[in-house]
Amino acid sequence: MIETELGWLTVPLAMLAGAIRVSTPFLFVSLGECLTEKSGRINLGLEGTLVFGAMTGYATSYHTGSPWLGVLAAGIAGSLFGALHGFICKLPKVNDIAIGIALMLFGTGLAFFFGKPYIQPQAPRLPSIGLGSWSDVPQIRSALDINPLFLVGIVLAIALWWAFKNTRWGLIVRMTGDSAPAARAMGYSVDLVRFLATTAGGFLAGVGGAFLSLSYPGAWTEGLSSGQGLMAVALVIFARWNPLACFGAALLFGAAGALGPALQSVGITQGYYFFNAAPYLLTLFIMIASVSPKRSLKGAPGELSITK
Amino acid sequence: MTDIVQQDVAPALPSVFADTATRIRRGAEYLLIPLIALVGAAVLFSLFLLALGKSPVTFYALLWQGGFGTSFSWTNTLVRAAPLIFTALCVAIPARLGLVIIGGEGALVLSGFCAAAIAIPFVTAAAPPFLVLGAMLVVAVAVGALWIGFVGALRHYRGINETIASLLLSYIAIAIMNFFVEGALRDISNPNKPSTMPIGEANMIGDIPGLGVHWGFAVGIVVAIVLWVLMNRTTFGFAARVTGGNVRAARAQGLAVGKLMVISCAIAGACAGLAGFFEVAAIQGRANASLAAGYGFTGILVAFLARHNPIVIVPVAIFLGGIAAAGGLIQRRMGLPDATVQVLMGLIFVVLLVSETLYGRLPFLSSKGASR
Repeated sequence: MIETELGWLTVPLAMLAGAIRVSTPFLFVSLGECLTEKSGRINLGLEGTLVFGAMTGYATSYHTGSPWLGVLAAGIAGSLFGALHGFICKLPKVNDIAIGIALMLFGTGLAFFFGKPYIQPQAPRLPSIGLGSWSDVPQIRSALDINPLFLVGIVLAIALWWAFKNTRWGLIVRMTGDSAPAARAMGYSVDLVRFLATTAGGFLAGVGGAFLSLSYPGAWTEGLSSGQGLMAVALVIFARWNPLACFGAALLFGAAGALGPALQSVGITQGYYFFNAAPYLLTLFIMIASVSPKRSLKGAPGELSITK
Repeated sequence: MTDIVQQDVAPALPSVFADTATRIRRGAEYLLIPLIALVGAAVLFSLFLLALGKSPVTFYALLWQGGFGTSFSWTNTLVRAAPLIFTALCVAIPARLGLVIIGGEGALVLSGFCAAAIAIPFVTAAAPPFLVLGAMLVVAVAVGALWIGFVGALRHYRGINETIASLLLSYIAIAIMNFFVEGALRDISNPNKPSTMPIGEANMIGDIPGLGVHWGFAVGIVVAIVLWVLMNRTTFGFAARVTGGNVRAARAQGLAVGKLMVISCAIAGACAGLAGFFEVAAIQGRANASLAAGYGFTGILVAFLARHNPIVIVPVAIFLGGIAAAGGLIQRRMGLPDATVQVLMGLIFVVLLVSETLYGRLPFLSSKGASR
């Protein structure tokens, strides 16, 4: 049995496999949140967007038979939530954090409402690319069974990073996030830029949700997302609003999330719930270690309410 | 109303008149705008139901019947209102300092669990009920206060956003409970649902005579009043409100902002702890996954709807408790999913926050005297 020969290697391998799988939704949500926050607004509602995207993606895949259409539908649904957030926030005296919480509860409620009939049936899942076919070891093969969305996420992270640095649009978004008066002086509509950034961010979060229901864990349940959308917000802070760092942070969070199942696969079931809490603990410790009240964070958008 | 008062007072005392008129206008706004939001949410939800081919009239009739129609539904409503008062206070008190704490759910769960856990040695030693309940109460309040107080400390000393930290701690709290309930502290005689040992029928808190709701509801009202006095009639409350208005101004005045934050968060956590205590000591009798019933999240809505005013929280908690209580009836009679109530509450929340934009902008409430 190969499985026994691998011995302790099973755990890091399972964690690597898990990191790749679990990190994908983190990656998409954090890129979306990164874009939104770069424009100077924070959207805490991405948790709700993620869950609603997961439901929409699954339902669409079930009805049309095409999981890729599901991903698209999830993205569109997510962008609607983002647009709603962006629209409401531009009204005077409205707090973007509170709106985020409200949309989180509203989005989850709507997802559970419409998702009830889809808990049982099986929808077609996203295919994955077997990059590990060279290996005989089943664990390596399953670890390298990579979903195309993961690769899309990597490309997207690089593209966003490049765009922020080198394009006109990137500059406009960064300027709006750093100083609304400057953007206004340059003749750009701050509200419009933020609206578009939040909408695009919602789209990405919706796609992240579709990954949850269509790839891993790969079914629609009400307990599908447990705070990934919110952890992504912390992840963006940890990544210092840098899309490339978001990718690294997402992998780290994915690995932490995979710790419980990885240990379970080698028979360590004691403390399963404790290890399941690992991503939350990690997030908290990372925030404690990386945030300081004394200095402002490098790369933080100046207009962001959360860092003020 | 406004006009009558203006005419009476205006000629005699112009300066007082301006003040009174402004206060009445403000008061009217605080009442009217949330009402507009509620009506708006109700209309939007009706459209939602119509789009699904369901009758809004039936829905609201059932909502009334299930929440407030009969004495049975009133009991049901008040039983849900009791924890909501506490979890809403957990949001409202820090909100006065400008902190948005959404981790009441976790504090409730952890406090309830710790209360149930501390009861085990007392119950096995056959201690008298007051001792069992006393120990549970102390532990629940202390755990809640430490849990949310920690969030306040993180915010002040490490600059960590309290909203994210409190929600993360919520997940951690639920994981801690599951860890013990499915492991070391599991009641083996109960194979159906992983739970701690029951605290025993004799140790349970009884009902308020005639109301059919446990004493937690009465305690909730008392705590709400006490906290209203604390926040509105003491120097502590004043300092807290100054901090909420402008942290820099508060610091310039030499207020100990950090201490205020940690203490307010600890008070908030203690409230959530009380919710957990009563859920275990009066409803569940043991700690299990039922503790995470979402009271912490509905409490956020209650607090925002009450504009973080501790006394207003009580009627709002009853109102939303009624909506929650009607959920079962609506589900059975109309064939709607159990998340229907959640959608309605989410919608109310969103519309309510949108309505914030109306403050100072209602044409019939503005006047030349009001600068806002």
